[in-house]
Amino acid sequence: MDTDLAPSPPTTPLPGGGPRPTASAAGRSAALAPDDAATRPAEKMTARDLRAWFGASEALRGITLPVLERRVTAIIGPSGCGKSTFVRCLNRMHEVVPGARVSGSVLLDGQEIYAPGVNPVRLRRRVGMVFQKPNPFPTMSIRDNVLAGLRLGGERVADPAGLAERALRQAALWDEVKDVLDRSGSGLSGGQQQRLCIARALALEPEVLLMDEPCSALDPTATARIEELIHELRERYTIVIVTHNMQQAARVADYTAFFHLGELVEYDRTDVLFTRPSRRRTEDYITGRFG
Amino acid sequence: MSLPISRTRDLAIRRAESAPQRAFAAIGLVALVLPLLLLLFLFGSSLVDAWPRLDWSFLTSFPSRKPESAGILPALVGTTCLMGLTAVIAIPVGLGAALYLEEYARPSRLTALIELNIGTLAGVPSILYGLLGLEVFARVLGMGRSLLAGACTLALLLLPMVIMASREALRTVPPSLREASYALGADKWRTLRGVVLPMCLPGVLTGVILSLARAIGETAPLITIGALTYVAFLPDSVHSEFTALPIQIFNWVSRPQAGFHVNAAAGIIVLVALMLLLNGVAIWLRARLQRRIYW
Repeated sequence: MDTDLAPSPPTTPLPGGGPRPTASAAGRSAALAPDDAATRPAEKMTARDLRAWFGASEALRGITLPVLERRVTAIIGPSGCGKSTFVRCLNRMHEVVPGARVSGSVLLDGQEIYAPGVNPVRLRRRVGMVFQKPNPFPTMSIRDNVLAGLRLGGERVADPAGLAERALRQAALWDEVKDVLDRSGSGLSGGQQQRLCIARALALEPEVLLMDEPCSALDPTATARIEELIHELRERYTIVIVTHNMQQAARVADYTAFFHLGELVEYDRTDVLFTRPSRRRTEDYITGRFG
Repeated sequence: MSLPISRTRDLAIRRAESAPQRAFAAIGLVALVLPLLLLLFLFGSSLVDAWPRLDWSFLTSFPSRKPESAGILPALVGTTCLMGLTAVIAIPVGLGAALYLEEYARPSRLTALIELNIGTLAGVPSILYGLLGLEVFARVLGMGRSLLAGACTLALLLLPMVIMASREALRTVPPSLREASYALGADKWRTLRGVVLPMCLPGVLTGVILSLARAIGETAPLITIGALTYVAFLPDSVHSEFTALPIQIFNWVSRPQAGFHVNAAAGIIVLVALMLLLNGVAIWLRARLQRRIYW
């Protein structure tokens, strides 16, 4: 299978065993400066020849792509290119759809998530997800929404108030909702609702956060707020963000992958991909010749 | 000021359409008002007949050989207990069946057959349910002429409606909320219990209460399983014999004395009032529960 990977600074060896702890310290100091060979962190997740189907139609045609630890990886591409399907394969949400099928391999810290013994329910607590449309639970208050993941998982929450506050602070929503925690989330604006959904995902303390076009239903101000938040979360979480907004990818992502027709066309450091793409299709897309 | 040509033409077309449109609206209105008037007439004439007999003692007396001292207490209590018991049986079974069909069953010939049957069963004459109840509950399972046998029979009668209302309610829960729950690491059962059921509860309860309001007037199945027509005691357990409002009314109507006919009319008013009360509770409950769902 032709991986179609752009020649990026050193060819990354796929992790054979566990995680390599090399870069987590370096990652923080790297701030937003692009990684070089020395600061390039370990692969938190790795997709290898990942294929996905909806019934008979193949949505992903063999994707091989690393997701680096404590970095933001953006997936861009025109509608229907498989970018949402790809992130949904990373926490096994793809298989929730009737008729959906996956083949290939996805590693989380070197461990195969599609192995027979893996419980998708456990996996999803390590790999959290935020959806395109804010979807707070309408039968729950703001606080209960934040704690929903733990409660739905059947856990007793030792310090619900403290946990809710921490998660809401991390999602930069605390100051706006601290006086209305018992009220519903529906009174919040779209952007606040989306941050509530982010808080809900963070309350489970995931290692990876998948964001499927988290800003596409939001206005520019709310979008800016979420992008700021992604910058902050990058310090602690590995983030994969799907977006069809190239400016957004350029603003928030350390690495960017360009998908087209279910294939990975190019993957590189964001600054390289947007300024010196090595594939013709990438260049055509980012210069607006199609898409 | 002159309108552009296209707009004047547009207006002309609308005026041409308005005659049949108005006629259709009028026909619709007649179709609405006619049955309402008929209903009002029936209710009114019953009310006029019943008026002299409608007092507190009518509600609190046992039946009697003398029409003027006969009351409907056992029937009223019987019907209330019967409805409560029916709901207790029909809700879990109906909701369970709906959950299975909506959430777990894979589409197959068998499930298609079951779905078809549920639709058909809703239209089966109620006396057939009575015969089934007589054989299965009263005889084979040895419940006799008890409240329990009556409630089981009526629950059977309601099940198709309860199942359909519950499935409808389950379908209104947006898939995005289920996905959110799955993505938080909840399994199917916890998603159903924590997210889906709280959201569809108002719909399920409304369906149940509305079908109960229909069942409250059912006479045939209760007569078939042998509910008594003359009861001088109140039911003290689910195993005791009982009577119900429609049976008491049926009994009074079939008596020759005019005094009992007045009693029957009064019984009808009580039955209708009870039914309206149930409907009112359904509306109130739905409004109340829906306020807890924040959109």
